[in-house]
Amino acid sequence: MAGRTPRPASSAAAPAPDPAANGSPGRTGAASGLGRTGGTDSLAADRARARRSRRYRRDLRWSPYAFIAPFFLFFAAFGLFPLLYTGWAALHRVELTAPTDMEWAGLRNFTRLLGDDFFWNALGNTFVIGVISTVPQLLMALGMAHLLNYRLRGSTFFRVALLTPYATSVAAATLVFVLIFGRDYGLVNWLLSTIGVDGVDWENGSWSAKLAVSTIVIWRWTGYNALIYLAAMQAIPHDLYESAALDGASRWQQFRYVTVPSLRPTILFTCVVSTIGAMQLFGEPLLFSGSAGATGGADHQYQTLGLYLYEQGWVNLHLGRASAIAWTMFLILLVVAAVNALIARRLRRGD
Amino acid sequence: MRTTIRGTRHRAVALLAAAVLGAGLLGGCAEDSDRPGAAGSPGADAGKTTLTVGVFGVFGYKQAGLYDAYMKLHPNIRIKETSIERNENYYPQLLTHLSTGSGLADIQAVEVNNIAEVTATQAGKLVDLSKAPGVRKADFIPWKWAQATDKSGKTVGLGTDIGPMAVCYRKDLFAKAGLPTDRNAVAALWAGDWGKYLDVGERYKAKAPAGTAFVDSASGVYNAVISSSAERYYDRDGKLVYKDSPSVRQAWDAAMRAATGKLTARLQQFQKSWDQAYANGRFATVSCPPWMLGYIKEKSGDQGRDVWDVAAAPKPGNWGGSFLAVPEAGRHKSEAVKLAAWLTAPEQQAKLFTKQASFPSARAAYGLPAVAGAKHPYFGDAPIGKIFAAAAEGIPNQVLGPKDLTVNQNITDVGVLQVDQQGKTPEQGWRAAVESIDNALDQ
Repeated sequence: MAGRTPRPASSAAAPAPDPAANGSPGRTGAASGLGRTGGTDSLAADRARARRSRRYRRDLRWSPYAFIAPFFLFFAAFGLFPLLYTGWAALHRVELTAPTDMEWAGLRNFTRLLGDDFFWNALGNTFVIGVISTVPQLLMALGMAHLLNYRLRGSTFFRVALLTPYATSVAAATLVFVLIFGRDYGLVNWLLSTIGVDGVDWENGSWSAKLAVSTIVIWRWTGYNALIYLAAMQAIPHDLYESAALDGASRWQQFRYVTVPSLRPTILFTCVVSTIGAMQLFGEPLLFSGSAGATGGADHQYQTLGLYLYEQGWVNLHLGRASAIAWTMFLILLVVAAVNALIARRLRRGD
Repeated sequence: MRTTIRGTRHRAVALLAAAVLGAGLLGGCAEDSDRPGAAGSPGADAGKTTLTVGVFGVFGYKQAGLYDAYMKLHPNIRIKETSIERNENYYPQLLTHLSTGSGLADIQAVEVNNIAEVTATQAGKLVDLSKAPGVRKADFIPWKWAQATDKSGKTVGLGTDIGPMAVCYRKDLFAKAGLPTDRNAVAALWAGDWGKYLDVGERYKAKAPAGTAFVDSASGVYNAVISSSAERYYDRDGKLVYKDSPSVRQAWDAAMRAATGKLTARLQQFQKSWDQAYANGRFATVSCPPWMLGYIKEKSGDQGRDVWDVAAAPKPGNWGGSFLAVPEAGRHKSEAVKLAAWLTAPEQQAKLFTKQASFPSARAAYGLPAVAGAKHPYFGDAPIGKIFAAAAEGIPNQVLGPKDLTVNQNITDVGVLQVDQQGKTPEQGWRAAVESIDNALDQ
């Protein structure tokens, strides 16, 4: 009994239990016809059929892996290997001037981060910019999606328009925002001056610089998230709204009690994606400092973890330290993902 | 019927969106395509040797027709140049390519800020050019030659241009502030001492036209002063001494005097606001190496014509310049050495100066009419060849160290900037700079 069970179990694992009949009916029909007229050949035909069906089963089972193999090969080469190599480099003292000279340093690169003011400053900045860009961005996206979900003229135009900031390159967008937030000739300061407010030195203030950077992020990603919400909203059955309307629910109540609860998984998804994006924030603060490089302002007031990593690795050429920062960021993201998973489970139980 | 129309319209929109995104992706690829490894496929036409030259920014060899001239002289050679716009991106890539010995161009440019590090750490991977055919040490300005030569006497890079500094000033603003406008009189005001330059700044400020400042930035003052001193961040034994270096102290104090004395327009060089300030005539002076003249002309535009002029700096300093190095791992080493020697020979450097305003590091070029007689029409026909050649001769033999760039950048972009733009005290600025440098240098 124990010896025989594996075979049927493995065949049962194949998705289609009767592949020969299911897969190529024309051919099997011809083969059985031959068997009937040939008589003695029926055994050989059976064997051929079995072979064919074995081959077919193998095909059915392994082909999908072959089809997705390119992804895994690329992932191994460009995702997994760099990840592991970075981890290895993080445990060494290694400089970009001589990347092959590695000197074992154990966890030194990680432990020193604990006492590194610049690291904590960057972590704090990343967190603050992440919050003040993600929260308004997702709220605005939700509102925009709700508006776009109404029947309105030219809705497709608005949908494409929403996506254009996302399609703009970070570099182009940031350069424009640098001009907008300029101290001497910036648009924002000019607008402020028209209502009698003194110009703000956006880049040099601690909060004003973070606000300016988060504005760029908000501008770029709101439309993208709005389209995700819109897609999810269109999947909500219309009956729900109709019955809610029959019960006398206003538009706002429909949004609160029908739309938002139905969107919960989508909202959670966008939260996770935005958190990852905020963690890796790099291009906007880098270019916001113009040509000044990766310091993130004179006082490092908008230096994010991504910028600090870049500064350590590619400006100061400390590959080991940069790798340690990269892995720390990765670990922080894992923690964030775990927290999200917990919240998701809570929510599901709540339903 | 309605649904099909809606359907096709949706599909059209989706297609459009896909096209836009796809174009973005393609655009992204196109930006990366000008890397050294990508171009220069050998054997494009049979029998010819293709030499690749890897540079950052615009070196001007192509624009000045030097490649074409060389290919005419050597019919079996083809030259391909690959350029990465910014040295911050170019240099780390050069280091990784040198360490793996692949992806290198036959000739690689090295910026002066990196040359000490390259000489100290990469000499084994580069060809000694001191005894290359056609290279004469006597042609070059001595300090330029010394910068790319290691202790054993191996010269890993041939000097291209240098950046002897003068002071560019606006005659109109000087006149309004009651200062002389003739370039010799202006140079005499501050000759020999940066302190006198700041004295002039205070005189300017007393009668300054509204909304203008004497100098663009405190970092510019710091750079100008530090560049004119022989010892900066390292002593002659290669020890990092920036914290106690008298010349760093002097440059720092000058920058602080400019910042706290409100002599600056509180700008940061090469930022958009700096460009805008040029266009709007917001500051009266800026320390300018020859390569910056073109920048000033471009940003100040037509209304700056005959308004800007060039005067000798209080003390001559050097800002910028590059070297050409030949990697040992190159495919055509001997041909590359010949090309590098030719490109950096005095005649070619003089030609480059005429076309691209890259000032020759070959002293032998200063006597050539292309340099000696050069005048700049935009700057009131200033005799820039004479002014900059005199500056070049006066630049001290600077002691460079491997981490000069890191130290300098943190002093200007953190320390000086905090005082100039954020209104912190000089003590706070200095402490922040030291903290940044310690963190950056500590492996």
